[in-house]
Amino acid sequence: MAQQATSQQTAAGPEVHDAHHPSPAGYVRIAAILAVLTAMEVSLFYIEVGPAFIPAMIGLMSVKFTLVVAEFMHLKYDTKLYRRVMLLGLLTALGVYGIVLATFSSVRLEF
Amino acid sequence: MQAAHETTLGIDHRKLAIWVFLGSEFLFFGAFISTFLLYVDNTPEGLGVELFDIPFTSISSFVLLMSSLTMVLAHSAHVRRDMRRARLWILATALQGAVFIGGQAFEFTTFVREGMGLTTSPFSGAFFVLTGFHGAHVTIGIIMLLSLWKLIGIGRVTPMEDVKTEIVGLYWHFVDIIWIIIFTVVYQIPAG
Repeated sequence: MAQQATSQQTAAGPEVHDAHHPSPAGYVRIAAILAVLTAMEVSLFYIEVGPAFIPAMIGLMSVKFTLVVAEFMHLKYDTKLYRRVMLLGLLTALGVYGIVLATFSSVRLEF
Repeated sequence: MQAAHETTLGIDHRKLAIWVFLGSEFLFFGAFISTFLLYVDNTPEGLGVELFDIPFTSISSFVLLMSSLTMVLAHSAHVRRDMRRARLWILATALQGAVFIGGQAFEFTTFVREGMGLTTSPFSGAFFVLTGFHGAHVTIGIIMLLSLWKLIGIGRVTPMEDVKTEIVGLYWHFVDIIWIIIFTVVYQIPAG
């Protein structure tokens, strides 16, 4: 009975799931974008861009992060509760460790 | 046995649980990343970021990134009830993870040979603890993937239970996004 309930539940699941999630070709396209972004990151390491280096690196990292979380982890398509839970952890970490770094770091990032 | 989806929130408790866990893991890795950043200059001359081989680490980073693709393709195949393809992509993901771990092992042994060990300096300690814990997470992920591959093969995970592949996938994508952060913040920015 539980198996049947599960089957009935997820019988409706795949159609909804497929309607909202990228297709396999879509995932490959996203992976190609991620590969290009990685190549740009590595290229930046060898090109002299001066003070723009750190912001550019952080920017590229953030875009890659967002793409994986939104598309591969399906946060863009799933219930907002998962997004809130993830953001709670992420923003708490950024806040707490940002304060730690600001308090104890003798290295200042200059833009 | 209680039906799987009769929950008060109308969502799968297991999926909510993995997201709560992953949210807490940001705090876990954030501690090690910020410790590394605090100690990034605290090392003898020549035994710091100068040892990093960015081209080599770029390749292993790319491998891990592509393993996220094969993982999501595995889940997509499971949703479509194509279990043969799901198993194929799960195995591909595990193999790429193993390649990444192999790269990490090579990198660590190179650093040790060059004179930078776990206790050489605060920098090296912070670096090895951070990347070591990440490697341990990847290894656990590989074990989960191989277990899933086997369980699907013997019918213990059925075509209707795609949420199980999704949960393993969420964990795997998380170790990938942590490496996205580590590669930039730990390797490229300090060495740049």
